[in-house]
Amino acid sequence: MQPAGRSAVTDLALQSNSLSVSEAPSRAKVLVRLRRSDDLFRILTRSAALAVLVILGGVIVSLILGSIPALKAFGLEFPFSQSWNPVTEKFGALAPIYGTLVTSFIAMLIAVPVGLMVAFFLTELCPKWLRRPIAIAIELLAGIPSIIYGIWGLFVFAPFMQEYVQPLLIGAFGNVPVLSSLFAGPPYGIGVLTSALILAIMVLPFITSISRDVFDAVPPVLKEAAYGLGCTTWEVFHRVVLPFTRVGVIGGVMLGLGRALGETMAVTFVIGNAHKVSASLLAPGTTISATIANEFTEAVGDLYTSSLIALGLILFVITFIVLAAARLMLARIEKKIG
Amino acid sequence: MAHSMDRTIYAARQRKNAVAKGLALAATVFGLGWLVLILGVLIWNGLGGLSLAVFTEMTPPPGQAGGLLNPIVGSLVLTILAVVIGTPIGILAGTYLAEYGKHENISSVIRFINDILLSAPSIVVGLFIYEVMVAPMGHFSGYAGAVALAVIVIPVVVRTTEDMLTLVPNALREAAASIGLPRAHMVIRIAYRAARAGILTGILLAVARISGETAPLLFTALNNQFWSTNLNAPVSSLPVVIFQFALSPYADWQKLAWTGALIITATVLTLSIVARALASSGKSS
Repeated sequence: MQPAGRSAVTDLALQSNSLSVSEAPSRAKVLVRLRRSDDLFRILTRSAALAVLVILGGVIVSLILGSIPALKAFGLEFPFSQSWNPVTEKFGALAPIYGTLVTSFIAMLIAVPVGLMVAFFLTELCPKWLRRPIAIAIELLAGIPSIIYGIWGLFVFAPFMQEYVQPLLIGAFGNVPVLSSLFAGPPYGIGVLTSALILAIMVLPFITSISRDVFDAVPPVLKEAAYGLGCTTWEVFHRVVLPFTRVGVIGGVMLGLGRALGETMAVTFVIGNAHKVSASLLAPGTTISATIANEFTEAVGDLYTSSLIALGLILFVITFIVLAAARLMLARIEKKIG
Repeated sequence: MAHSMDRTIYAARQRKNAVAKGLALAATVFGLGWLVLILGVLIWNGLGGLSLAVFTEMTPPPGQAGGLLNPIVGSLVLTILAVVIGTPIGILAGTYLAEYGKHENISSVIRFINDILLSAPSIVVGLFIYEVMVAPMGHFSGYAGAVALAVIVIPVVVRTTEDMLTLVPNALREAAASIGLPRAHMVIRIAYRAARAGILTGILLAVARISGETAPLLFTALNNQFWSTNLNAPVSSLPVVIFQFALSPYADWQKLAWTGALIITATVLTLSIVARALASSGKSS
């Protein structure tokens, strides 16, 4: 620690050996100035802190104002209508909402078990020297910008899906009653399933890193007690660690879900931008964010623009609820662990 | 009899344990496999196009050779401007949360909202800035792009600043107070100094975060095919150019998109590794 503030306030008293009467007013003046600057700084920090609230308020108000024309024109029908026709100016949000929910759901279906298992490996099984490198690598995966996943998905992953995975799925499930409709249609490569898988890869590091943090925070005494009873590693994880950290894990999962719901670029590249609700996971679809990204700059007319902003509002409301729930849960586990 | 049954249960538990361990290992290899795969493909496709021309020439029309000079410069300018706008606000807000209003009710509300903004969809930020800046101004502009990125920078910096200031030992603050230092001076001269490495880490992480952001720029800064330093007009940026070029049918453009993707990823990974190193060096000292 360096000595702080060489020209600081305390010098004042040191400069004058004896405080004469004539110096007192000037000293008082300096003190007043100091108090003012002190207050000023406090006010400055407080307004900056309030700016965070202003940003949130601004986002909500601007989205609501922007979506008024669309909500007026379509009313409550907007979220439930499948039509999306710029020519006749009939817009409905059903297809993007459906696509957003389905892609995120499938992504979580894959990312949650895999992410938890990776966290299990990192906290219980992995040799000590390997822990840090693997954890860093997983976090780097989280840092890769989403557009990189997008371009990789478009040029590498979608062709791979088209060539190998999708024909396999169609072949395997084509004659099974329910599943055949899930995997119907030609293998386009792009589509709902491909987007969901890329989302799963993107969300995986978030889930892993948060679950690792909460697993690490489990009091060793609990685990040692279970081992002492003769539990296996898996039993300790499954019966002790997981129940103890349940709230935190769910919080982490919901944080990942928030990411998946709002993810734009990775999905925009590979979803196909088709405003259609189809049962098949191989069919092209769209999500809220992909629709906005694809169409906003090309939107002609107030109603079109407003409908896209209304989509943004719906997305913001959904993610806000999910993220708020996630934060509340994570706050609860923090309190529990202390 | 009972003894042998114990044995089978014991064996079953062992088997289950082994299977779970195997699955965990497989999951880790699976997770890391994607990282290797994505980076591998990126280097494979991007390195071929990497040349001096990429850094010295403008983005070309389809079918011609060219580089990425204008988007690279545009991204740099937008990022710097966003950091200049966002960092002071973020640091001051973080300071309030850690130093002044630590236990106030409003602070826990701000903390909560900040955490939500931290992971809110960035495309919504783009819509927000479009509504408050682009629509009233009547045109897309670099300023709007920079402000949109600044909105993303703020929560990151707020969070790290607060965390790092909280780590500063209270004894330092008490010592400062005991020699009569006003609070503002204590914060600026002592707390900031002690938390310097951590705050810098936060800024670096914020830069890493925004240097790959595409969605908030799509309808704020838009894009510009030509050299332009006018921030009041559309400005080209690397992520948006990658988006446009990758989705184009032209092979030259797609190749440039890969090269741009490699540049961005290298930048982001370097920034996050430097930030990490900085954070761990700050902790140990």
